[in-house]
Amino acid sequence: MRRMSWFNITSLTLGFAFLYLPMLILIIFSFNESKLVTVWAGFSTKWYGELLSNGAFLDAAWVTLKVAFLSSTMATVLGTMAAIVMVRSGRFAGRTLFSGMIYAPMVMPEVITGLSLLLLFISLNVDRGVMTIVLAHTTFSMCYVSVVVSSRLVSFDQSLEEAALDLGCSPFQAFRLVTLPIIAPAVISGWLLAFTLSLDDLVIASFTAGPSATTLPMKIWSSVRLGVSPEINALSTLMILIVTVGVVGASLINKRNVVRQRREEAAAAKLA
Amino acid sequence: MALDVFAPWNDPDAKPLIQFKNVSKRFGDFTAIDDLTVDIFEREFFALLGPSGCGKTTMMRMLAGFETPTEGNILLAGQDIAPVPPNKRAVNMMFQSYALFPHLSIWDNIAFGLKRDKMPKDQIAARVEEMLRLTRMEKFASRKPHQVSGGQRQRVALARSLAKAPKLLLLDEPLGALDKKLRQDTQFELMDIQEKTGTTFVIVTHDQEEAMTVASRVAVMDHGQIVQVATPDVIYEAPNSTYVADFIGEVNLMKGKADPQGDSLQMHWAEGQPAVVGSPLAGASKGQDVHYAIRPEKVSISAEKPVDAANAVQGKVLDIAYLGNISTYHVELAGGQIIKAQAANNRRISRRAFTWEDQVWLSWTATAGVFLER
Repeated sequence: MRRMSWFNITSLTLGFAFLYLPMLILIIFSFNESKLVTVWAGFSTKWYGELLSNGAFLDAAWVTLKVAFLSSTMATVLGTMAAIVMVRSGRFAGRTLFSGMIYAPMVMPEVITGLSLLLLFISLNVDRGVMTIVLAHTTFSMCYVSVVVSSRLVSFDQSLEEAALDLGCSPFQAFRLVTLPIIAPAVISGWLLAFTLSLDDLVIASFTAGPSATTLPMKIWSSVRLGVSPEINALSTLMILIVTVGVVGASLINKRNVVRQRREEAAAAKLA
Repeated sequence: MALDVFAPWNDPDAKPLIQFKNVSKRFGDFTAIDDLTVDIFEREFFALLGPSGCGKTTMMRMLAGFETPTEGNILLAGQDIAPVPPNKRAVNMMFQSYALFPHLSIWDNIAFGLKRDKMPKDQIAARVEEMLRLTRMEKFASRKPHQVSGGQRQRVALARSLAKAPKLLLLDEPLGALDKKLRQDTQFELMDIQEKTGTTFVIVTHDQEEAMTVASRVAVMDHGQIVQVATPDVIYEAPNSTYVADFIGEVNLMKGKADPQGDSLQMHWAEGQPAVVGSPLAGASKGQDVHYAIRPEKVSISAEKPVDAANAVQGKVLDIAYLGNISTYHVELAGGQIIKAQAANNRRISRRAFTWEDQVWLSWTATAGVFLER
């Protein structure tokens, strides 16, 4: 392997420092003994203990997980359906418009999305609570699912589905028994992505939440306005941990599949 | 010809399994199939042969149910199959890419269609075992498709499409992905399996050798039409057009004016060259434009003018293609026409009689070639 030049090492260090130093500091101070956030007074895990006995935080965490689970599941169903239509239906009038409209929420400012959803809910006279946050999160995360799933579907050999039909499947059976199992890794990645997006959303949740439902990011934001406490640091560290495990897990699953497939194909080639 | 030879197409009472009746298929402005009518009989091994884009794959996809004809009817055992969706047809297809389900084992791939039919479990197992035996894949039943070689995948695809015992099996370029040696072995295997199972096979291929080897009849296609349907030997020996003659194997084509002479036909084709003599062409009148097709292996090459040959022309050797077992001599005649002649290399190459620039005589009998109208 080639040795890296000093220039490259410096660039790499600076880049990573820029990305991860803030989080590193947050993680370090979550283990701080002192109540003062910026003064180090020795190692301790007491803030994690206090966090667990704080009912308000636990409630918010529960709401967040519920919202993330429901919205990512709905987004996965809708996003996969949208992806199938966009990839399979070929050319039709207004196709570009439709695909643009599916992906537009990705670049739409969150404030706009949140505000418009708020206005919709008010005009429909819907009580704002967990369900409204779920709906809001579904709308903005389904486009991410759709992107992930359609990139897999593009390389999907359509004759597999035709073979299923040919062997006696109804179109729905063909999807359930052949297409879905094959694109499952992409669907799962999409679900994980939607889950993490929902987990850390503050803006849209703030617009669409009611007094009965507060998500964790909202709770953190409101308590930070009264001053940063080490408890928040501990909580944030836990969230970083969850998100990291999720993302690393998803990419490991993907990578392992690829590696295994290559190895088996190589073995088959040798056999031939 | 003996009476027990399999030739239902010559029997006026035989009922065809598949009938294409004036079928056309258009994709927008493009006509893939143009007013096509053909009958395919039970137990036949029928080959659709043609260059890419000639409509052979579209014909097959219409039989499978993935396309519907724009005009005309397709009958399977006398019934119009247009309204029948692919999953309800007694037709199975072996895909060019094999389309094996990568997430299922080879056993489950073969069982896939049987399970859809709600067949009892023990019968499914028995049928799968039978298919595995037929294709000699017993040892690999628990592997996934990407864990076996290309030739084995091809056999699994065949087993899967045969498992439901279809009335008709469609094979879309089934051997395209295999190397030449394996392809030849597999061709014989296919014929063997076709005979054992008694299934009607329709194969799509662009490889003329493959079509000639496996098929009971070959349909040569061009631009959405069938140019000729016949047994491989008729296609080769008596093509009905220069297109067919040229598409199948190597051929020398000459063009000239017809001159009927009683029970033979002469063709004047060049100033100062003797007329080509051959069997008559029905309906050819004097002075009409005709083509003459003769296969290189039917042309003899010699140093001296043969005494009693019906056709003999002189020329010089321009090129020699040495193919091991045979050599093809490209001989240029006085008018510039090049005739290919093939000779078996029954002596070692160092003892070869002719070399470049040699003056040679080419000769062939009166029945060796055919006159063609177009």
